[in-house]
Amino acid sequence: MSLGLLFLTVLALAALAYAIGRRRAMATVGGDLRKLHSLPTFYGWITALWVLVPVFFVAILWLFGEGFVIHNSALTHIDPADVPADSSVNLMMADVTRLAEGLSVLAAKGSDVAALEQDIDGLKIALGEAGVAMGNDPTPSMIAAAEAVRGTAAWSRIGLTVVSLALALAGFVWGYRRISPEFRARNATERVSLGLLIVASLIAVLTTVGIVFSLLANTVHFFRIYPATTFFFSATWDPKFGGGSTLGILPLVWGTLYVSAISLVVAVPIGLFSAIYLAEYASRRVRGIVKPLIEVLAGIPTIVYGLFALITVGPLLRDWIAMPMGFGNSSSTVMTAGLVMGIMIIPFVSSLSDDIINAVPQSLRDGSLGLGATPSETIRQVVIPAALPGIVGAILLAASRAIGETMIVVLGAGAAAKLSLNPFEAMTTVTVKIVSQLTGDTEFASPETLVAFALGLTLFTFTLALNVVALVIVRKYREQYE
Amino acid sequence: MTDGSMTLAPMATPEPARLRHSLFAPDKRTAARNAQEARFRFYGLVAIVIALLALVWLLFSIFSAGLPAFRQTFVEIPVTLDAAVLDKAGHGDPAEMASVTTIGYGKLIGKALAAEIEAKGIDIGAMTPKDLVGMISENAAADLRDRVLADPKLLGTTVQFTALANGRIDGYFKGRVTMESAARDNNTSPEKLMLADKLVAAGVMDMRFNPGFLVMPDASDKRPEAAGLGVAIIGSLYMMAVVLCLALPIGVAASVYLEEFAPKNRWTDLIEVNIANLAAVPSIVYGILGLSFFINFAGLPQSAPIVGGLVLTLMTLPRIIIPTRAALKAVPPSIRDAALGVGASKLQTVTHHVLPLAMPGVLTGTIIGLAQALGETAPLLLIGMVAFVRDFPGAPLSGLFDPASALPVQIYNWTQRGDPGFVERASGAIIVLLVFLIIMNTAAIILRRRYERRW
Repeated sequence: MSLGLLFLTVLALAALAYAIGRRRAMATVGGDLRKLHSLPTFYGWITALWVLVPVFFVAILWLFGEGFVIHNSALTHIDPADVPADSSVNLMMADVTRLAEGLSVLAAKGSDVAALEQDIDGLKIALGEAGVAMGNDPTPSMIAAAEAVRGTAAWSRIGLTVVSLALALAGFVWGYRRISPEFRARNATERVSLGLLIVASLIAVLTTVGIVFSLLANTVHFFRIYPATTFFFSATWDPKFGGGSTLGILPLVWGTLYVSAISLVVAVPIGLFSAIYLAEYASRRVRGIVKPLIEVLAGIPTIVYGLFALITVGPLLRDWIAMPMGFGNSSSTVMTAGLVMGIMIIPFVSSLSDDIINAVPQSLRDGSLGLGATPSETIRQVVIPAALPGIVGAILLAASRAIGETMIVVLGAGAAAKLSLNPFEAMTTVTVKIVSQLTGDTEFASPETLVAFALGLTLFTFTLALNVVALVIVRKYREQYE
Repeated sequence: MTDGSMTLAPMATPEPARLRHSLFAPDKRTAARNAQEARFRFYGLVAIVIALLALVWLLFSIFSAGLPAFRQTFVEIPVTLDAAVLDKAGHGDPAEMASVTTIGYGKLIGKALAAEIEAKGIDIGAMTPKDLVGMISENAAADLRDRVLADPKLLGTTVQFTALANGRIDGYFKGRVTMESAARDNNTSPEKLMLADKLVAAGVMDMRFNPGFLVMPDASDKRPEAAGLGVAIIGSLYMMAVVLCLALPIGVAASVYLEEFAPKNRWTDLIEVNIANLAAVPSIVYGILGLSFFINFAGLPQSAPIVGGLVLTLMTLPRIIIPTRAALKAVPPSIRDAALGVGASKLQTVTHHVLPLAMPGVLTGTIIGLAQALGETAPLLLIGMVAFVRDFPGAPLSGLFDPASALPVQIYNWTQRGDPGFVERASGAIIVLLVFLIIMNTAAIILRRRYERRW
């Protein structure tokens, strides 16, 4: 049974359980509602929940475990000696998966798969006609592994169907038998619902655990096959496929900080001055129009900024500034990325600062104005010092945005890892290298791939620290005036 | 602004300068302070103008580069579908006719174009028939083949065939290709461009709205004219459906628990801090999570909308939970007290009263969260959505596991291609993306304006 059909079947069973549970509850008291502990709908609900909830959790676990089991069952068929020298077991497994899909396609078309498996040349032609591209030619051990994949997958689907339907029925029978006038159906329903609510709120925690675990596990793996000192202290980034790479993070960190610094130099004055103007000078009408317009900048996807950097800002800076002044002739530069990213984070600075400036009590302003200060003197000497912690928090949040930003630097900053002071040179950042090391067919045993996880962990730690500091500052400041 | 120290000054030594000074004319210091005030105000105005100009510049640059993608140069010629070439066996059986490759169809189109040019009396100079075929997109032959295989009765008839012009010819009419650049280009020549001008004058070639840009799949590196967003739009829709079906219920459930049921203790504090931090984690980190957990560990297929949807769900969850909690908080406690007072249970209070009242705020937050997810690119790059996908994914639910592309990733993909025609495509795709975002955000604003209640 296909997944969709199974899902619909279980849903239909649950709906049926609801109707039957309700009717049964009414029947037990002969239609006299007053004798039931709870409203009849609750008897329906609890029966339906008994059908749905166990199946739901078992099916999710099953689906996540399935891939793992299939992979291992196929792995037992692959002879390590069969793996070509320039390839790896993982790449071979990708081929096995493709082969298994191809065989299923052929089987669906009515070809005689068993006969084809004996005839490797015929199989290759048939696969080609079916539109299945293989990295390497199939070998007997790969065919055996592919068959294992198909077999396990088919059995797993059957198993899932049987187990789900059996669980659903068992849940239904169990729920049905518990229905009696004394049964506290409402309390039971609410306990289960509360449990589900708690599970939902735990997903956020699980996500964090998942992120930390997947980063840490692979980073540990990376440091086992690559020296940590080189990673942290080497000034060269030179990945080579085939081993012998130097993977020093310093040029990437330098590029990241350089781009972020330029973006802050652009965004902080513009953002701060617009926030001051909007909060202190602008009329209600101007504010009502301008503030949402500036916030549009934050709603535009980063890929749009990336393309803007690539086709407009980059060539413009190159033709008008870098080339005439002899700084360089690349259109992907730190300056390009920094400038565009600066535009992107203007609203992060301005919106938060605006809120914070607005939260400064009016009495402070009145006091200052009453002593004869001009509005600008009041702002500079009273309002801004009072709002400073919050503004620093806003800038830190914007900085963490800039450090974690990917698409603008991928399209605007270039790919050459360099330690240089010239802002009109192409440099690269941590995020760019994560993308370039992890896209395409990757193989999870080489340091060139695993280094991406170490980079990711560095990035995660860095932005997390910035965020926590920013949040603490903002929170502390807010408590002052409330 | 008068100087307060004046009244305190001893009267015995009057300063002539001060005496001559009237209260109604500002003194030097006041003038300086007022000038400074005006300057400060002006800085603020300049900052706002710069920010707004940046927005206008960004949109203008994208729109001017992208609008031409919606129009395309077409060639309209009658093509005689010669049965002797296309169906040698003469049975009219599509399976047998499939053995004729696109090359055979390409020759037919070339012949038809040559005949049409001759009929219009246009001089082609020293151009060879091969040059003539080069004026038309390589995709045209495949289009014609699909059309014939779908309807074998067309054999032997003459059909009016609308073919895409080659990308360089199209670029010439859009100003991307000039006579000078064509002379240096291996794929076209100034003669072809001049012929194209004559064809336009003769009405064989024209530029019109190109619906294919929205419905066709991606095309290979040499055929920017045939590349479309069909697969990417479907892939994005599938992912948004996954995000909506997962993130909305989970997000609402989590917010209801945290806002209405959770006791105030360390454990719930931890969850709250967690959610605040998750909202600020760089999106690419979610991509790493998706790659190592959903693909490597759970064995889900690469490039599949289901994986993209799951990753985006995890990313969108905190962005839905935060506004949902705010909406729940905004419902006044008196409503809860009233419901509890007439005997409703806590869960009944929430599901019958609090949640319906908070729904506009919840939906607004959800739509804005979805809009952010729709434009997200970086995590999708890591889970293999950059792959070149030409086949449309199947119908849901199994279609969720087929390879597909997504709008923002398709844009990135096109920026990495060699042919300059793809820059125009990428900008055009951004316009499509922005239109979707505008629709979603407008819906959110309308929802908020119309249904949000202030208590």
